Amino acid sequence: MPKLIFGALAILVLALISLFIGVSDVTPMSLFSSSPDDRPMQVLLISRVPRTLALILSGSALAVAGLLMQMLARNRFVEPGTAGTVESAVFGILVITIVWPGSPLIAKMLAATVAALMGTALFMQILRRIPLRSTLMVPLVGIMLGGVISSITAFFAYRYDLLQTLGTWTLGDFSGVLRGRYELLWLSAGLVGLAWLAADRFTVAGLGQDFTTNLGLNYRRVLTLGLTIVAMVTAVVVVSVGSIPFLGLIVPNLVSMAVGDNARRAIPWIVLMGAGFVLVCDIIGRVIRFPYEIPIGTMFGVIGSVLFLYLLLRRRPANG
Amino acid sequence: MADIRAPATPAFSPRQVLMILAALAMVSIAAFMVIGAKGSWGFILPFRGTKVWSMAMIGTAIAIATVLFQTITANRILTPSIMGFDALFALVRTVQVFFLGGLSYAMLPDQIQFTYEAAVMVGLSTLLFRWLFNRAARDLYLLVLVGIVFGVLFRSLGGLMQRLINPNDFAVLQDSLFASFNTTDQTLLGISTLAIAGVCLWVWRLLPALDVLNLGRDTAINLGVNYNRTVSQVLVIVAILVSVSTALVGPVTFFGLLVANLSYLVIRSHKHILILPASILISIITLVGGQVVLERVFGYDTALAIIIEFVGGVVFIAMLLRGSRT
Amino acid sequence: MIRTQSVSRSYGDNLVVDNVTLDIPARGVTSIIGPNGAGKSTLLSMVSRLLDMSAGTVTVDGMDVTRTPSDVLARRLSILRQDNHISARITVRDLVGFGRYPHSKGRLTVEDRAMIEKAIAYLDLDALSDRFLDELSGGQRQRTFVAMVLAQDTDYVLLDEPLNNLDMKHAMGMMKLMRQAASDLGKTVVLVLHDINFASWYSDYIVAMKAGRVAAQGPAGDMIRPEVLSDIYEMDIKVHEIGGQRISVYYG
Repeated sequence: MPKLIFGALAILVLALISLFIGVSDVTPMSLFSSSPDDRPMQVLLISRVPRTLALILSGSALAVAGLLMQMLARNRFVEPGTAGTVESAVFGILVITIVWPGSPLIAKMLAATVAALMGTALFMQILRRIPLRSTLMVPLVGIMLGGVISSITAFFAYRYDLLQTLGTWTLGDFSGVLRGRYELLWLSAGLVGLAWLAADRFTVAGLGQDFTTNLGLNYRRVLTLGLTIVAMVTAVVVVSVGSIPFLGLIVPNLVSMAVGDNARRAIPWIVLMGAGFVLVCDIIGRVIRFPYEIPIGTMFGVIGSVLFLYLLLRRRPANG
Repeated sequence: MADIRAPATPAFSPRQVLMILAALAMVSIAAFMVIGAKGSWGFILPFRGTKVWSMAMIGTAIAIATVLFQTITANRILTPSIMGFDALFALVRTVQVFFLGGLSYAMLPDQIQFTYEAAVMVGLSTLLFRWLFNRAARDLYLLVLVGIVFGVLFRSLGGLMQRLINPNDFAVLQDSLFASFNTTDQTLLGISTLAIAGVCLWVWRLLPALDVLNLGRDTAINLGVNYNRTVSQVLVIVAILVSVSTALVGPVTFFGLLVANLSYLVIRSHKHILILPASILISIITLVGGQVVLERVFGYDTALAIIIEFVGGVVFIAMLLRGSRT
Repeated sequence: MIRTQSVSRSYGDNLVVDNVTLDIPARGVTSIIGPNGAGKSTLLSMVSRLLDMSAGTVTVDGMDVTRTPSDVLARRLSILRQDNHISARITVRDLVGFGRYPHSKGRLTVEDRAMIEKAIAYLDLDALSDRFLDELSGGQRQRTFVAMVLAQDTDYVLLDEPLNNLDMKHAMGMMKLMRQAASDLGKTVVLVLHDINFASWYSDYIVAMKAGRVAAQGPAGDMIRPEVLSDIYEMDIKVHEIGGQRISVYYG
């Protein structure tokens, strides 16, 4: 527990750093030395605080969504981005943008959720045809499924001249987060709480249908609940800030290496680490080419894929 | 699920299949040149001729690169693009612009640019391949997955570098990286043609050894093929061809996979002397014919790449699922 | 003669073959036996240049296997390992035909074709010769590979567990063929075998390996003795003489 508090403090420090980075001059000093209506305070409240909150919320939610998927698919290398979930969510947003231009964020989110749910269900269906031992084939199939869905999306985006807009959902970017445009993300906090409460059920469901039924749980119901949480989290994050590749994969794996696989114990760590990862990457992206910003999707694409490679290749030395 | 297996005596011999493919390729090219032509032939023929030539070169480069790569890795699902080789080429170019600046880069003659980039590409891809195969060769799925993630890494690194360079340089880069099947640089096409011609001669000399490499490393060594040297040569060839195709058209992930597997399907032989021409012809038919059908018949211009990605992805998943059950 | 001098191979800290110095006599059948993990296959792979040595040298008729051009060696020595997975779709006759590659580099002559047919017939594959490898059973595939090695027509033939996947009839046929090749054609056959009775019945010379080293070696008659075998396999093995041949019994 003390370690957890220490971790939480670290996140707090990162959050504070995150608050005070940016083009316009917002420092603790300038806040105190000015009246509440002044520019620094305004910037802080309208742009900085929402951004930092959005980072923390989406980072932790995506990491937990990754853990859920790994438990339900019984595979370490699955996450919304390697199961077609993200791509389906993007497809959903595109469809509603075409049929209902100017639809409110909440409608987009719902469309994304429905599509993400369908895409993930399709993935789970395909998964049943893969032998359990081929651990690596599962993410492989998921990534390819995502590619196929993306190409459908690209086709329609191209037809309706929406390719540019498509980029804002596929590449995570927090620079556009303002008050009034991120609040949906609070929904993901609730979903994370729900996941934490139901953690034991997911652990059981991960052991298979027969095992679950034997323990008196309704397998399908647990599975549906889990996938719905994953789909909603993904949808909310993609609609609000865009996708962050491999986050949901790396964080649970690193946490599992450190504290083991007990979901209930791991989730607080995953929440902290997910938030921390995203905060750090965002901070780097904002300072590395100040005053320009590098979107977190790009930053995390680099850091995330390096870590993913590490996870794949560690403990597999040359032999034989 | 029923086992899909062609009859023991195929309807056509490999040579006949090649003839048919050649005829189809001719028809596609003729259709591309003629259908929907308005205005003077003196303008249309050279204009469309350049496009066809460019597509033929792209198709040839991708086809040979994929077939050879699959031969040295002894499998049918891994291709240079899936391994992230074309993303690597894009990265090499980005890094170059990053260090040279867009202006000096744009002023470099195309020949020098390309030769230099291809050389760097040969070095890097060979290193990457060796490193990966020492670690992961025994597990095909690991290899493919690592390859894909490397692709993501290269693309993200490229994206990161692009953000780091100034906007003017970025414009130069974007211009040079995201060519489509339709815009073609004449000088580049000339160099590419030369490079491909050279590579074809080289491949011709390697042909007998390539058939043996298909049998796997141990058997190839047993039969006296200098395995390391031949694989290195093939890697150099693949790197050059990937450089050519990426410089001409940009990354096309699944095209090679489709073309290579399709040619094995119709030729039903392991001999490279049959497979290579078949894969080249199928590439040309798909690119030129596909372009005719989409552009002239349906009026969708550049959606061909998207459709190839879609079909390729579906085929890839099907191959993974089928392969896992044997 | 095959001569290994202080040959070692390690993976990290794990020494799989430990300083093996060994002469395998020319002409005749030599079997390498020993428990799992003794380093038999690793040694065979190094002798046949499939695997690099960590230390030591191997010569075949005085030619250093790491320095001699691979194609020169391929006309003197052939090797067949256990798992031969081929993704290419290839027919039995084509695969056997590859055995002639070291001699004709892919352009088959009339003599080459005759040798290929002979090898196919030897291994009882006539009926299967136009089938694709992926349509065959494990045993049939194994025989196809041996036919390829036979078509290669080398003085030295190295086979790693050639009896894998073979039923009794074909296992015996295979061993008879190797015996014949040694006695009638003067070839040097080196086999890694698990079944010590096959080794006893068909070989001239036996090398026993244990924990990466040569534990014992000698003419077959000297090796198939209870004290030698019990020591190598760390179990009780009795030897009976049946029809003039020594047969080991280790059941019960």
